[in-house]
Amino acid sequence: MFPCNFLCRSASQARFADAIRSYVCLFLLFVLFSGLYQVANAECLMRGTGDLGIVIERASGSVQILDTTAKASLFRVEGLGDLSHASAVFSRDGRYAYVFGRDGGLSKIDLLCGTLDKRVIQAGNSIGGAISQDGSLVAVSNYTPGGVKVFAADSLELLADLPALDASGKPSKVVGLVDAPGQQFVYTLYDAGEIRIADLSDPAAPRVRRFPDIGRLPYDALITPDGRYYIAGLFGEDGLALLDLWKPQQGVQRILNNYGRGKEKLPVYKMPHLEGWAMAGRHVFLPAVGQHEVLVVDSQSWKEVGRIAVHGQPIFVVARPDGRQVWVNFAHPLNDTVQVIDTQSLKIIHSMQPGKGVLHMEFAPRGENVWVSVRDADQVQVYDTGTFARVAKLQAEKPSGIFFTARAHRTGL
Amino acid sequence: MKQHCYKTLVFCMLTGMAASVYPAPDADRQAELLYLLKHDCGSCHGMTRKGGLGPPLLPENLSDRPPQLMVNTVLDGRPGTPMPPWRGELSEQDAQWLVEAMLRGDGL
Repeated sequence: MFPCNFLCRSASQARFADAIRSYVCLFLLFVLFSGLYQVANAECLMRGTGDLGIVIERASGSVQILDTTAKASLFRVEGLGDLSHASAVFSRDGRYAYVFGRDGGLSKIDLLCGTLDKRVIQAGNSIGGAISQDGSLVAVSNYTPGGVKVFAADSLELLADLPALDASGKPSKVVGLVDAPGQQFVYTLYDAGEIRIADLSDPAAPRVRRFPDIGRLPYDALITPDGRYYIAGLFGEDGLALLDLWKPQQGVQRILNNYGRGKEKLPVYKMPHLEGWAMAGRHVFLPAVGQHEVLVVDSQSWKEVGRIAVHGQPIFVVARPDGRQVWVNFAHPLNDTVQVIDTQSLKIIHSMQPGKGVLHMEFAPRGENVWVSVRDADQVQVYDTGTFARVAKLQAEKPSGIFFTARAHRTGL
Repeated sequence: MKQHCYKTLVFCMLTGMAASVYPAPDADRQAELLYLLKHDCGSCHGMTRKGGLGPPLLPENLSDRPPQLMVNTVLDGRPGTPMPPWRGELSEQDAQWLVEAMLRGDGL
């Protein structure tokens, strides 16, 4: 290619003509390699990621990378496996998304290059994940075999394996995995009815604390934005299990014990999600299980202060970032509707029908827009939260979860 | 005749086929049912039916179960578990066809 093998010689001989030739050679090499570099990175963007996000395309095993400012799709990334019920967290620099797939796949996606950076199949069947406080660890919760695995966020190397065996040695599915301050992960054993706190300050020697007998069939859990309270919803009985992570020695407390009592429960066609803590002032808004109601709870006393009748069984009950509105979507077969609750009057101020199969809603970081995935229409729709007007519509194949990079800087998301 | 019935029953159990009481729903309804199976049953059992919060529903997981018991589970749910009753959403005919579809591995 280039007659450059005289470069070493020319320096020692220090001949003027050779020196000129060597400079020319170096220049040509520089041009060649910078050209190659540009080809290799032709698809990568030079920009910030603070207004980016992803939407899961659940049936095709792909995600689209979204620009929430332009309200446009930047890339589609394929090859992520079974993404039914997938979720995602972000690296603290906002460049990478970690996607947790149903088939046990953990995929690291480069948002700027639109590429699958790394992927490992870490279990047979998984449900969700979390990233540690310092961003160095990614934890994945699994159904089969049950337990939590912890990976290095940069390399996806396995660092710790935390089995979820009950007292008799029986494995349990793990739900409600969240990060908590102090390099902790908190999670719940579905079959065993137990909460665990794992301290990963030293990933080589995790310290796990167990809180058994929290109640039957905990199906999901959440952590408050300050990282203090961890709350697990119980399917097998009324009430919620609350653990104060500032005072774990107090143990698990049962709250809202009369929740649902005396009412005949409707069939639950889809488990509600507790992620996306809806908090406005001192009120917390929670989906009722098996009822067409949103519960309003006082976050100081943990007592129920009201119930709001809604269109169907709520799935996601999420607050606009300023806490002034709460948006609700619903379970099959009423999943074509979204309702908006005003958190001051506790009244429904708007109802709309984006289409069949509304699966998820994600707010822009400061709340001016909400992005709604409409599965059966193969669309992601963007609404103005002030006027409720639809401002954009994007094509996506069977979209489900929508996740924005602002989550990178929030505990529990 | 009795012998014949017995043989049919054994054949049905061995091949994992439900003894069809109802005719199959029409093609449009079949498509709706497969969509429901993938996306709504799939939210607990996995879109590929490999299991999730609910157990897997692949042919190899179901082949040794009495089909009528599965039809009943679809229609009436399983008390004490999150499996809801789908009666109201689904007719007996729908449920029977869905069970047969799962046993055949339709739509996988």
